[in-house]
Amino acid sequence: MLLTNLAILVLAGFAGFLTISKVPNTLHTPLMSGTNAIHGIVVLGGIIVLGLGVDGFLNKFLLVIAIAFGTINVVGGFLVTDRMLEMFKSKPKPVEAGKDEPEQIEREAA
Amino acid sequence: MSRTDVVQLLYIVAFALFIYGLMGLTGPRTAVRGNRIAAVGMAIAVIATLLIPGMGNWGLIILGVAIGTAVGIPAARQVKMTAMPQMVALFNGVGGGAVALIAWVEFRHSGGYQDEATYVGIFSLFAAIVGSVSFWGSNIAFGKLQELIPGRPISIGSGQQFLNLGLLVVAVACAVAIVAGSDAEILMIVLLLAAAVLGNFVVLPIGGADMPVVISLLNAFTGLSAAATGVALNNTAMIVAGMIVGASGSILTNLMAQAMNRSIPAIVAGGFGGVVTTGGVGDDGVEKTVRSTSAADAAVQMAYANRVVIVPGYGMAVAQAQHAVREMTKLLEAKGIEVSYAIHPVAGRMPGHMNVLLAEADVPYEQLHEMDDANSEFPRTDVALVIGANDVTNPDARTKPDSPIYGMPILNVDDSHSVIVLKRSMNSGFAGIDNPLFYEDKTSMLFGDAKSSVSEITEELKAL
Repeated sequence: MLLTNLAILVLAGFAGFLTISKVPNTLHTPLMSGTNAIHGIVVLGGIIVLGLGVDGFLNKFLLVIAIAFGTINVVGGFLVTDRMLEMFKSKPKPVEAGKDEPEQIEREAA
Repeated sequence: MSRTDVVQLLYIVAFALFIYGLMGLTGPRTAVRGNRIAAVGMAIAVIATLLIPGMGNWGLIILGVAIGTAVGIPAARQVKMTAMPQMVALFNGVGGGAVALIAWVEFRHSGGYQDEATYVGIFSLFAAIVGSVSFWGSNIAFGKLQELIPGRPISIGSGQQFLNLGLLVVAVACAVAIVAGSDAEILMIVLLLAAAVLGNFVVLPIGGADMPVVISLLNAFTGLSAAATGVALNNTAMIVAGMIVGASGSILTNLMAQAMNRSIPAIVAGGFGGVVTTGGVGDDGVEKTVRSTSAADAAVQMAYANRVVIVPGYGMAVAQAQHAVREMTKLLEAKGIEVSYAIHPVAGRMPGHMNVLLAEADVPYEQLHEMDDANSEFPRTDVALVIGANDVTNPDARTKPDSPIYGMPILNVDDSHSVIVLKRSMNSGFAGIDNPLFYEDKTSMLFGDAKSSVSEITEELKAL
C-alpha cells in the first residue's frame, strides 16, 4: 500500500510540474488562487478521521475546526478565483478597437 | 463492485478533473472553465468521502462544513479586488491549519501512532510541521499585506537564521522521538509550537515586496502537507491533489521570483527592503529636491500630449482609483490622445493584480501593454503618468549595482519626455528604498490620494 501510494505521489508530482510550464504573467495570481483552492482537499482528511470515529471532546472539537478550515479553503478559494477570472472575460469592446476574438486571445497570452 | 471501489473510482474522476481544470487555468480563454471543473472535482471528492463505509459523526461533519461555508462564502464574495492577495494568504493558511489539526488528532487517537505502521507516523508528523509553518506564515503574510503589522522586515538580526534552524531541529527531534516510540503528547505539542514559532519567524523578516512569492511558496508547502496527510490516511485523492499543488506551486513560485529577478533562497533569507533608506539625500550628500505640481498643470500637460502612458501600481489599488483612471483616460481619448497602460509583471502586490483591477474598470484589453512592449514605447511617450507605482519604475535597478533591486526588470518611464507621479507622500515604496526618478528634472509630483488626484485632473480636463 505504501509503495503504491508513493508511486502515485511521484507521478502526481510530475503531472503538476508538466501542467504548469508556461503561464502568462496575468494569470499568475488566479492560478495561485486556484491551486490554493485545490489543496483544500485536506477537508477530506478531517471528514475521514472524524467520520470513522474518534473519542473525546477535544479530538472532535479539533476536527470540527479542521473541517471548517478546510471548507473555508475550498469554498473561499474557488469563489475568489472565479471572481478574479470573471474580470478577464471579454467585455463589450469599444468601437475603435474592432479586433476579433482570436487576436484578443493572442494578446492575453503574450 | 463494493462501495470502497465506488469511492476509489470517484476519487479517480475527481483528480482527473483537478488536473484537467488546472490545465485550463494556465490559459486565459479556458481559465474560468478550468476553475469550475476543478471545483466540480472537489465536490465529487467530498461526496465520495462521505460514501466511505462506516462513516458516522454526521452531525459534527455537517457542523464543520456549515461553519466553513458560512465563513468562506461571504469572505470570498465581499473581499475587495485590492485585498485579493491577503485573502489568498488567509485561505492558504487555514488549509495548513487544518492539516496540522488533523495530524494532532491522529496522534491522540492512535496513542502516538502506536497502533499504526511507522510510515503513517512519519508522513503525519511531516504534515504537522509543514502545515503549522504554513498556517502561521500565511497569517503573518496576511497581516503584512493588510498592514496590521509593518510591511518592512522584522528581524532579530544575524541570530535569526540560527534561531530558525534551532526551532526546526526541535520540531524534527520531537518527530523522531515520537516515531521512535514515545507516545508523550507533550512532544506533539512542542512540535506544533516550534513549527508555529518557526512559521512566524520565517515570514516576519521578509519584506512586503516579496510577499506574493512567499504566499506562493507557502501554498506549495500546504499542498505537500496535504499530500503527506493523504499518504498517512491512505487517501488517493488527497495524495494526488496535494502533490499537484506542491509541484505546480513550486514552479509558480519560481516563475514569480524570476519576474522580480529574485532568487527564492534570497527571499527566504529575508531582509529585503529597508536596506538603503537614504531619504532625500543623494550619494553626494546633497539634498535633492522634487518638483511638485497641481492637478490643473498635470491636466494641461496631458491635454497637449500626443501619447500618454499610465503606469499603475499599488497606490492605485489602495485608493480604488481604477474607475476614476478609466474616466480620465476616456476624456483624454476623446481629445484624440493615444492612451495605453504599462503593466509591470509584479506591479501591485501580486502578479496580474493590475490587470484584474483595470479589467474591473472596463479598460479594453488591447490598451494594457506588458513590460517589454511598454518599454519600447516610452521614448515616443510625451507624458508617463505614474499612479502609485514606485519600485517598478526605479532606475536604480538598471544603474546602481549596490541597490537591493539591482537587476530587476523595470518600466523605463524615465525614457519618456515627461513624467508625472501621483503619490501619497515622499515615503519610499514597499521595498523601502529611495527612487531617484522622483528627483529628475522631467519629473513632477502630484501628492495626495490617487483617486482624488485623478478625479481632480479629470475635472480640470473637462474644464479645458
